[in-house]
Amino acid sequence: MMLPPGAGEEDIIRLKALYGYDKSIPEQFLIWVRGILAGGFGTSITTRQPVLSLVLGRLPATLELSVMALVMAIAIGGMLALTGTRHRGQKAEALIDVTNGVSLSVPDFLWGLLFILLFGVLWPVFHISGRVSPALGLPFVTNFYLFESLVRLRFDIWLDLVSHMFMPALALAIPLAAIIAQLLKQSLKETMHLDYVTLARTKGYSENYVILREALPNAVLPTLTLVGVQFTFLIGGTIIIERLFSYEGLGNMAIDAVINRDLPLIQGIVILFAVIFTTVNLLVDLTYALLNPRLRHG
Amino acid sequence: MADGRAAAKRRINPRLWLSGGWLLLLVLAALAAPLLAPQDPLAQDLFASRLPPLWQMGAEPGYPLGSDSLGRDVLSRILYGARIALLVALIAGTCTCILGAGLGLVAGYYRGWPDMVISRFIDIWMAFPPVLFAILLIAVMGTGLVSIIVAIVVIDWTRFARVIRAEAMSQGAMDYVASAKVAGRARFGIMLREILPNVLPTIVVLLTLEMGIAVIVEAILSFVNLSISTDDPTWGSMIAEGRASVHQSWWVLVFPLITLFLTVLSFSQLGGGLKDHFDPVLR
Repeated sequence: MMLPPGAGEEDIIRLKALYGYDKSIPEQFLIWVRGILAGGFGTSITTRQPVLSLVLGRLPATLELSVMALVMAIAIGGMLALTGTRHRGQKAEALIDVTNGVSLSVPDFLWGLLFILLFGVLWPVFHISGRVSPALGLPFVTNFYLFESLVRLRFDIWLDLVSHMFMPALALAIPLAAIIAQLLKQSLKETMHLDYVTLARTKGYSENYVILREALPNAVLPTLTLVGVQFTFLIGGTIIIERLFSYEGLGNMAIDAVINRDLPLIQGIVILFAVIFTTVNLLVDLTYALLNPRLRHG
Repeated sequence: MADGRAAAKRRINPRLWLSGGWLLLLVLAALAAPLLAPQDPLAQDLFASRLPPLWQMGAEPGYPLGSDSLGRDVLSRILYGARIALLVALIAGTCTCILGAGLGLVAGYYRGWPDMVISRFIDIWMAFPPVLFAILLIAVMGTGLVSIIVAIVVIDWTRFARVIRAEAMSQGAMDYVASAKVAGRARFGIMLREILPNVLPTIVVLLTLEMGIAVIVEAILSFVNLSISTDDPTWGSMIAEGRASVHQSWWVLVFPLITLFLTVLSFSQLGGGLKDHFDPVLR
């Protein structure tokens, strides 16, 4: 594939030597580990560029997409849970339960396709591919376009970015939003039966105040742990969603790397994902200790 | 006992009927695909490319749901695609179930070091997001139907193991297990003859859900071109093609998408319905 058809035995040996495939597997592994310790992840076979810079160049796109999806999931899920608690035992709650059930049983991949049909084709309000319109010249120094466009007050670019990100982020957010809504509503319901909530009610506070100020702070903890765990799965989901929306992030690159069998690049991406997951898990544990006073003096 | 069972025999949930009905229809359609399909799913006919579905202007009688950019019949490809989807669901689902439920039973009933080892593996497995794991495995094993099935089994056995382990633990603490032990039955026999029948409803529910997951995983992998060859009719590859030409011919995307959507929804609703059906507390 990488040599012309007439290549002789010698050429093949030379090419193997170039990529180090003439050495044994443990030797290759050692060379690779030594490279990482020296701060390099090797060179991508297809693009012949250093893996580290390729991977770090794509990372901001994926991070921005994941964080936006997370924010949307928390907003949607939280609203559903609060509305459901406010209208306990009424039709609104039943409706929310049904919506949750369907949202949970359909994966993000299918939501993404559905949105492409609805908002990309039937009623084209959002962009269905890419990260930003190529017509806009990007005067940015970092790859955190969404963040940097805000800092530089370029709202035209910001809006363009958001209209590209909206559908992939929503597709990623919906299953998580359903999980949040379900669990938060459950724990809110349990909290609403506790004595101190009844006390707040007898004091004459309105139902909204009781739910938001009294019940919510205590009910939110289990949901928070779950969101942390689920966030790593959401980041994993970006791989396929990025592909679906031709979004230029890590996941899209990962799939190309697998199709091209670009092993150094695959290794680099997997390690980066592993680092992200570990960091997220660590952050969740730290936040949990911060919010739950009982864990602080353990 | 018989009276209690008669009392429990109540109206079966409509969602069980609907989802079960769709899946049955799909199985029959997949089995009878050679009889039902109006065209050869692989036959290309560039004179009949991008034909719209039957009820639109310019449709051809042989292509009820239209044709794609290479002139292949959409309906025939959906029917043959159902064969691949259901095959993966059945084989991958069953293998995952046997591996996961087996390990879960052993861990939950024997406790001690088998439990330690298996639980540790479950923890490590669960820390890694499934999509990345799948793509990594495919990268190592190469593309193909077998790789997909192996990837699903290797990734998803923890779903079964985790739940069945907990169930087996709570069953193992019950009196009937103690009396079986007193009666002199061997531990392995108790596990298979006493514990297994009692966790079987849970296994059936998980198996149904797993089949839905297998269908979607196969669709995703064939969507990104990491499944079997692109010519073969899979729902995922049809969706990929439809996605690329969505502005010219929406039907190439819409019909496989609806089929996949209904199938995945049916598996999960069937699983949820069965769970309610088996759950004695809800009766």
